[in-house]
Amino acid sequence: MKKYWSFFKMRLMAGLQYRAAALAGMSTQFVWGAMEILLYRAFWLEHPERFPMGMEALSSYIWLQQAFLTLFALWNWEFDILESVKTGAVSYELLRPTDIYSMWMSRSVANRLARASLRMIPVILVSSLLPAPWGLRLRISPAAFGVFLVSMVLMVLVVCAYSLFVYALTFYLTDPNGIMVLSVAAADLLGGAVVPLPFLPEGFRKFAELTPFASMQNVPLRIFSGDIPLSEAPAVMGLQLFWAAALIFAGYLLTRNGLRRAVILGG
Amino acid sequence: MKLYLKFLSIHFRSAMTYRASFFLSCLGHLLITTNVFLSVVFLLDRFESVGGYTLPQLSLCYSVILAATSLSECFARGIDAFGRILSQAQFDRIMLRPRPLLFQVLCQDMKPTMLARLLQAVIMLAWAIGSGAVHWTTAKALVLVLMILCGAAIFFGVALINACVTFFTLEHVEALNIFMDGPREYGKYPFGIYGKPVLVILTFLVPLALVQHWPLQYLFDRGPAWYGLLPIVSLVFLIPCALLWRLGVRHYRSTGS
Repeated sequence: MKKYWSFFKMRLMAGLQYRAAALAGMSTQFVWGAMEILLYRAFWLEHPERFPMGMEALSSYIWLQQAFLTLFALWNWEFDILESVKTGAVSYELLRPTDIYSMWMSRSVANRLARASLRMIPVILVSSLLPAPWGLRLRISPAAFGVFLVSMVLMVLVVCAYSLFVYALTFYLTDPNGIMVLSVAAADLLGGAVVPLPFLPEGFRKFAELTPFASMQNVPLRIFSGDIPLSEAPAVMGLQLFWAAALIFAGYLLTRNGLRRAVILGG
Repeated sequence: MKLYLKFLSIHFRSAMTYRASFFLSCLGHLLITTNVFLSVVFLLDRFESVGGYTLPQLSLCYSVILAATSLSECFARGIDAFGRILSQAQFDRIMLRPRPLLFQVLCQDMKPTMLARLLQAVIMLAWAIGSGAVHWTTAKALVLVLMILCGAAIFFGVALINACVTFFTLEHVEALNIFMDGPREYGKYPFGIYGKPVLVILTFLVPLALVQHWPLQYLFDRGPAWYGLLPIVSLVFLIPCALLWRLGVRHYRSTGS
């Protein structure tokens, strides 16, 4: 366990080096968040009765989404891992006395945390200062905050396990680009990135909520904004736990068999 | 012009060499913009209208912006990649050749995959026209063409400003993407939806509302006919862009690498 922890720390520190990129990213995040809220504002002013969640809850949802974008965005792939599987460089990893799946996992989690930790603070600070229905609402009960934190952890596990599942598939496919492109599009649509799930038509929303993509950003963001009440949280988080476990299991098996199947050519 | 077509065919052929990956990246670009359009469909399914616009009208609006951005991204891709051209000192070589500088930069790179988005724009436009978004006249059809072409020109101008900034910073400044990626994403609705401050910025600073919001008012019979001529006025934006480009070229010192 200790070696994964130090590997995790190493990655985290490397990720924190890119401060300029984080700064530039932040400025776009503010604009994106503001435009998104201005857009929903137009709908809200015109048809407040058809709004499926409170405007304040929606604003919190959008600002948190911007703050944690790099934490849960599926397009944040680890291209180093993909390259190593494609080129066969992964064989070097076999020489190390570590389990490759666990190492990939700690690496993915660390990189995501590092990218997000720089960006989130200014976005959260500024957006919580905005006036009432347009800002991030920080008034949240300690119990709800605790539940939110747990669902965040589960969310990171689901996102990373899904990515690792795709990396493991690369052992069997010649080109993983197709599945990556499709995954990102599906996650955007079914995970509440394009439109928060409560805004979807009823039948489609019910379907979307069962997919692993809805176990990503959708759950913690809606718990924090109060759209998912604490009484319903155990059911949704149970589903999160199920997807995390299922994806980790599938990814682990695929990686093990993939490595066993792989023939490393010399040279 | 002949030379330009030659370059165009070279870039197209080089993209087609890896056919599978060409179609995959077309698919990737398409899925992103299809998702954007689906978001409009879902919200309009729930709310029926916003700001008095119906779904076919919004589809027309987005298809104009999508066509304009994909045209400019396909043909002005060389400008986008300008940071790389500078940092690898390819610009030195370009300056030695007896052809206009900007022309050569444009020829350096093109992005045929963007034509997939153009196709999507055409389909959305056809649907919008078919479901009666506008009472058509010849004048309105001309205005629509003007909107797309001038829109592409404005996006080209924004890309040019981004490129000029790299003359001074020598590396791509990500924050400037706000005016490239932002309008492509948020141009799905007429800019007036986002409230007055946004509309003012996009009318007077980066005149994208002149090719989208204002002429749309004319197309949908919500404003006077002279709004339809505003896309031509927007081209004034290209003058400071060109001046900045000249300033940048004069300021240029090779990185020497």
